[in-house]
Amino acid sequence: MYPILRKEKLADKIYLMDVKAERVAKAAKPGQFVIVKTNEWGERIPLTICDYDAKAGTVTIVLQTVGASTERMIELEVGDSFQDFVGPLGCPSDLVEEDLEEVKKKKIVFIAGGVGTAPVYPQVKWLHEHGVDCDVIMGSRTKELLFFEDKMREVATNLYVTTDDGSYGFHGMGTNQLQDLYDQGVRYDHCVAIGPMIMMKFVCKLTKELGIKTIVSMNPIMVDGTGMCGACRLVVGDEVKFACVDGPEFDGHLVDFDQAMKRQLQYKTEEGRAMLALKEGDTHHGGCGQCGGDK
Amino acid sequence: MDPMVRVPVREQDPVVRAANFEEVCLGYSEEEAIAEASRCLNCKNARCVGGCPVSIDIPAFIQEVKAGNFEEAYQIISQSSALPAVCGRVCPQETQCEGRCVRGIKGEPVAIGKLERFVADWARENGIKPKKAEESNGHKVAVIGSGPAGLTCAGDLAKLGYDVTIFEALHEAGGVLSYGIPEFRLPKSKVVAAEIANVESLGVKIETNVVIGKSTTIDELMDEEGFEAVFIGSGAGLPRFMGIPGEQAMGVFSANEFLTRNNLMKAYLDGYDTPIASGKKVIVVGGGNVAMDAARTAKRLGAEVHIVYRRGEEELPARKEEVHHAKEEGIIFDLLQNPVEILVNEDGAVKGCRIIKMELGEPDESGRRSPVEIPGSEYELEADTVIMSLGTSPNPLISSTTIGLDINKRKCIIAEEETGATSKTGVYAGGDAVTGAATVILAMGAGKAAAKGIHEFLSNK
Repeated sequence: MYPILRKEKLADKIYLMDVKAERVAKAAKPGQFVIVKTNEWGERIPLTICDYDAKAGTVTIVLQTVGASTERMIELEVGDSFQDFVGPLGCPSDLVEEDLEEVKKKKIVFIAGGVGTAPVYPQVKWLHEHGVDCDVIMGSRTKELLFFEDKMREVATNLYVTTDDGSYGFHGMGTNQLQDLYDQGVRYDHCVAIGPMIMMKFVCKLTKELGIKTIVSMNPIMVDGTGMCGACRLVVGDEVKFACVDGPEFDGHLVDFDQAMKRQLQYKTEEGRAMLALKEGDTHHGGCGQCGGDK
Repeated sequence: MDPMVRVPVREQDPVVRAANFEEVCLGYSEEEAIAEASRCLNCKNARCVGGCPVSIDIPAFIQEVKAGNFEEAYQIISQSSALPAVCGRVCPQETQCEGRCVRGIKGEPVAIGKLERFVADWARENGIKPKKAEESNGHKVAVIGSGPAGLTCAGDLAKLGYDVTIFEALHEAGGVLSYGIPEFRLPKSKVVAAEIANVESLGVKIETNVVIGKSTTIDELMDEEGFEAVFIGSGAGLPRFMGIPGEQAMGVFSANEFLTRNNLMKAYLDGYDTPIASGKKVIVVGGGNVAMDAARTAKRLGAEVHIVYRRGEEELPARKEEVHHAKEEGIIFDLLQNPVEILVNEDGAVKGCRIIKMELGEPDESGRRSPVEIPGSEYELEADTVIMSLGTSPNPLISSTTIGLDINKRKCIIAEEETGATSKTGVYAGGDAVTGAATVILAMGAGKAAAKGIHEFLSNK
């Protein structure tokens, strides 16, 4: 069992948890992820590692409720435990594996969208601790969904905050902010974009035009997270890759986002049904004649 | 009773069982087991033993069954096998012990597998445990993977007094016994969990949720955690795909994914969160035991199921019994056919397969006649789900993170057959990680050989 030592609400439907998992905490590097299972009945849910403390043996995860399984996860409180917590999985970020002197020569910008801020943070923090400058654009739909602004400001060289509705910071999306900076004459040669697939797709479209190499972190459907099931496969260039073992980071200009987004929809109906069952309980088991829940 | 004919074993009715996940085979009663055991000729030169990868003293245990001494029979089997209730169910006995049975020359061989199963089930139901080592010898051994190879190696070493810890990547022990083989062939809580508990009762510790190569490495286990030897039984986990157009569409799954969702994550049971897309019309590509398992699972989830296999009936690599059961349950076999394209609708979901018919040509390197496409024979088969069951290859996670561990060009770990020794001192390997995808019992045989190898290595250290 993996006890929850801290729980914090970061924004609507977005929570942070510190979980005791000594082996993961000791081995984790920025860019990697864990798979978490709440209890006997839960799904194996992949979540990016947001921070880790090898000494304390803790790993920080940030999760957003998107379905029945994540809804059940956030019902857990400090003192409760996850039944399973395995990792670190996937490859560490290229930036932390490459020769540091080479990395220092790069002009790096991170673009974080929504809950993607969580996996961006440990990378920026690691670079900051190793004397590498990098800028961060972090955005969300609206002010209430922003989190980690202060933490990120401590480690980013320049921080640009955006909201789609203009309720805070720059009015627009991360791509608009990047274009704006470019128009002002700011030049980058390395971009890391992490967020919803649709956001990463549009970042890649822009950075391709601007000639900025772009790394994205893919978050497809997974089961085991060790290369066994192939659920997370995606097309990169002309090759089929498994996000869990070959990634999660890939060259964004080579990823087939349209196909990856379609694959995300595989279990949409089942997930919706599970969510309804969780919210309405037994009232829905007879089936409404519309949703097929009686089958 | 005709001594040439074996005592038939009771099975669930095919029509009934095609809609449930209960075990297909119901096993022998005490009377049936004793009757079948009396068909054994108790040969002096027992050829059956030579056909068993873990060398169970088959005539000896059968004689005990015949005499009604079931506990004695169990202790004889458990000297050689850590997982008799599993092997009695999933071993390909027809090509091993039973394939060599003298009774089989003129009639039907003794039903050794069914007798083994009976003895193991009887022992479990009567609370009989395998015998534990008298005292610990204090030497620590790590076993990677809790599948058949790992459990066997761990069990044998524990019996010799070693302090054994198994590291399992998934959240549940058992490897392919848990994620791969379905409930209707190998019941999970009744059989698999009980056999694992037997191995634990020998003193073996199992730590789940540890991915060797990620959570820690073999070198760290040996240098920092004090393990003096390591056995790698990590299996062949990576699924193969065909590389045909449409394979990334929604509704195309590896058999590994489909079976893991169903078996390990229990998607077929109410109350479990993991979804499974069962489909209404399912094409399973491949002809091995895993293909049969996937097809029969899809059938139980309510689909019409076609097995599409590029060779003929004779060449099906699956066990005869599995093919027979699949047919009884209404699985449609489209043999000498091969998909060339997966057809995809505008939403990116599978709508069928374009399939080409094949004929058999010259034998290939495996000795089987290789299939050749018949030009112009293509047709379309409608389906909403395609399950690829084309075999698996070893996962490079361990070999790529262990210093000095040699692999061959198929990414399999190189290990000596007799001892399991690898190129790295103190590190042994066996099972699918070494051979590529094979059977439960061959993996157990390799686990057994490696336990002996490790014992010799640590005794002479």
